[in-house]
Amino acid sequence: MTAAAFYDLDGTLISTNLVHVFAFYARNDQGILQSIKRSVATIAGLPIFMAADAYSRKVFNDIFFKWYKGQSEDRLRYLAEDLFEEVIGPAVYPGTLPLLEKSRNTGLRQVVVTGALDITIQPLLRHLGITEYVANRLEFVDGRATGRLKPPVMASATKASWIRTYSEKEGLSLSDCFAYADSMSDLPMLSVVGHPTATNPDRRLRSTALRHDWPIVRL
Amino acid sequence: MSPVLRRKLDPGTVYIDTDSAPRLIHYGEDFWEEDLPVGTRVIYPKPPIQGLPNPRGAIRHAVNHPLGCDPLHAQLSPGMKVTIAVDDISLPLPPMITPDTRQTALEVVLELLEDHGVDDTHIIVANSLHRKMTEPEMRRMVGVAIHDAFYPDRYYCHDAEEPDGIVYLGETDRSEQVRINRRAVESDLVIYININLVPMDGGHKSVTVGLCDYRSLTHHHDPQTIRDSHGYMDPSASELNHKCVRMGAIVDEHMNVFHIETVLNNRMYHDQLDFLCKNEDDFSELDRMKLRATRWSTGKMPRAAKRAFFHNLPSPYELIACYAGKTDPVHEKTLERCFDQYAIKVKGQCDILIVGVPYISPYNVNSILNPLLVQVMGPGYFFNLFRGKPLLRKGGVLILCHPCYDEFDAEIHPSYIEFFHRLLPETRDAFTLREKYEEEFATNPSYIQMYRQGTAYHGAHPFFMWYWGENGRQHVGKIIAAGAENQHVPELLGWDRAETLAEAIANARSYMGRSAEITMLHLPPIMIPEVE
Repeated sequence: MTAAAFYDLDGTLISTNLVHVFAFYARNDQGILQSIKRSVATIAGLPIFMAADAYSRKVFNDIFFKWYKGQSEDRLRYLAEDLFEEVIGPAVYPGTLPLLEKSRNTGLRQVVVTGALDITIQPLLRHLGITEYVANRLEFVDGRATGRLKPPVMASATKASWIRTYSEKEGLSLSDCFAYADSMSDLPMLSVVGHPTATNPDRRLRSTALRHDWPIVRL
Repeated sequence: MSPVLRRKLDPGTVYIDTDSAPRLIHYGEDFWEEDLPVGTRVIYPKPPIQGLPNPRGAIRHAVNHPLGCDPLHAQLSPGMKVTIAVDDISLPLPPMITPDTRQTALEVVLELLEDHGVDDTHIIVANSLHRKMTEPEMRRMVGVAIHDAFYPDRYYCHDAEEPDGIVYLGETDRSEQVRINRRAVESDLVIYININLVPMDGGHKSVTVGLCDYRSLTHHHDPQTIRDSHGYMDPSASELNHKCVRMGAIVDEHMNVFHIETVLNNRMYHDQLDFLCKNEDDFSELDRMKLRATRWSTGKMPRAAKRAFFHNLPSPYELIACYAGKTDPVHEKTLERCFDQYAIKVKGQCDILIVGVPYISPYNVNSILNPLLVQVMGPGYFFNLFRGKPLLRKGGVLILCHPCYDEFDAEIHPSYIEFFHRLLPETRDAFTLREKYEEEFATNPSYIQMYRQGTAYHGAHPFFMWYWGENGRQHVGKIIAAGAENQHVPELLGWDRAETLAEAIANARSYMGRSAEITMLHLPPIMIPEVE
């Protein structure tokens, strides 16, 4: 196989995003007071997240993942299955599996390139039948999250750079590769492949896709 | 023979004289009024045949007196599984006023089914690899009552890419695989309700093309088949039709198909625009006023608004015949009636053929006539409007009047954009394009997704559009885009460009000689010249 299809996850193949995942963890925090405290804090932080995301995905990541500080690694892993059952599984778009099937049938390698946390997406990847992926990783010290991400942080241009390096390493022809993403922040990732596809795009990506004559898919 | 006398010989043929009025020529979403060179022959379509006074009665009579099989009511029994397939929005053009003939036929058929206790009924739009119709379009086509009763579970569009949605029926003695919609194959009875606008519609093409998948379609939608087809409008000379007939025989072996074919007249324009069908020399004051008003109002509009205006003008087509029963005898009768409306006797071929390309084709209803579709209309459909000999002499010049704007509808024709801007700069050879790229486009997951979930034509469709012009491209010596507003579109299509029609005619004459015979087809409405 000399080509691959690279997928963003949040908003592209599933309708949830990082905040939904964090909200689930906050809701299921140990102790009712702690749970209420974190849930309220998450809701209160929504405007900040939105503003940060609109400004830059990197700034968003810097702010957002700080909120994981102090979370236990065991607990995050333990809740990942429930997270899939309750939040992520129902959020898989109806067109996702048929798209992956068609893509797989054409001989493309299936690779997920996401800014989501690796520990939260394992059950989803099993469900989608995808084994190749790159995701963000929280830094843990003594089993507790520090609120920082291990480099490289997957966002915007880093995704494109990772795809380039990966393709070179695996002998993939980038001009034959596909990429699927939903957000303007993923423009670099879409721009490095020969077959970019705006998938459930936001307004800015949609207008960019129209200008560049890229296909626009709704799953 | 003086020009004045010549002009009166045949009402369908006019020779331009020194005192002739300018001719109206379609130019995309506009019209040109052009003074053609003296001696130019202008061919007009036949006037519309009077519509049947009682279309519902005619359809009911046809299903009760079928050709080659038992009446429909005699084939029905309670509990049986029935699939009704109907043509998609590509027919007729433009979409007809409501009630659509399909609605009338469906009302007759559904009433019969209900009376006989048949309740497992699905209605499938046989769109093949065309775009799926939107819900409002589907509602308009069958009427609110049928739509509300069946949509979306039992009234939907055929999906050629649905996993397990297609069944392999077998193959012909020439290894042509027949693969058809599963629901239709597994039904006890398939009722196909067709609209015959031109002779290439209907017959075995209805099921074998309308309900098939990409693999099945590639047997006849390929460059060689098109090269071997001597015109599309004469089924006896069309290799495309021969293949469909062979594949239709396999369908008939495995499926019970009851065909209802309806023939429409060519009443394309209602009162507001009926002057477009007339001989310009015979325009009344009222016609001139309508023309001025139309040109003035559309002249003030941006192109998108003009497009929307014209696409929202339905045609007052009328039913002129309906036949039902087995596909072959039904289609034979249908063709006779079709030619009654469209066939025009013409004396001799021409060296230069002028055609105005209108705003619509079968593939851009409610959308843009992009450059690839202008090509389909020119060397594809317009060149192939003949029975017997082509109207244009071998090596002659085809002049197409169209702005050739580089505009595409990203939702409806996404794969066309890539085809036009990525592939055509590399090669225009249909065989090379097929060999190198057709499979890639046909299996492109993004295009498949857009076809299945959205309103996009299948990824392979732009290839078929290119092949469609293959026999025209092989036949003509040159194509000139008159009035093309840019250089690169005609260039990519392999055409010459001219600023005006006069410049195009001068170019054509320099190529064919000063004494070249010039003919203009006064299209639309459609006509099929029979060259004597």
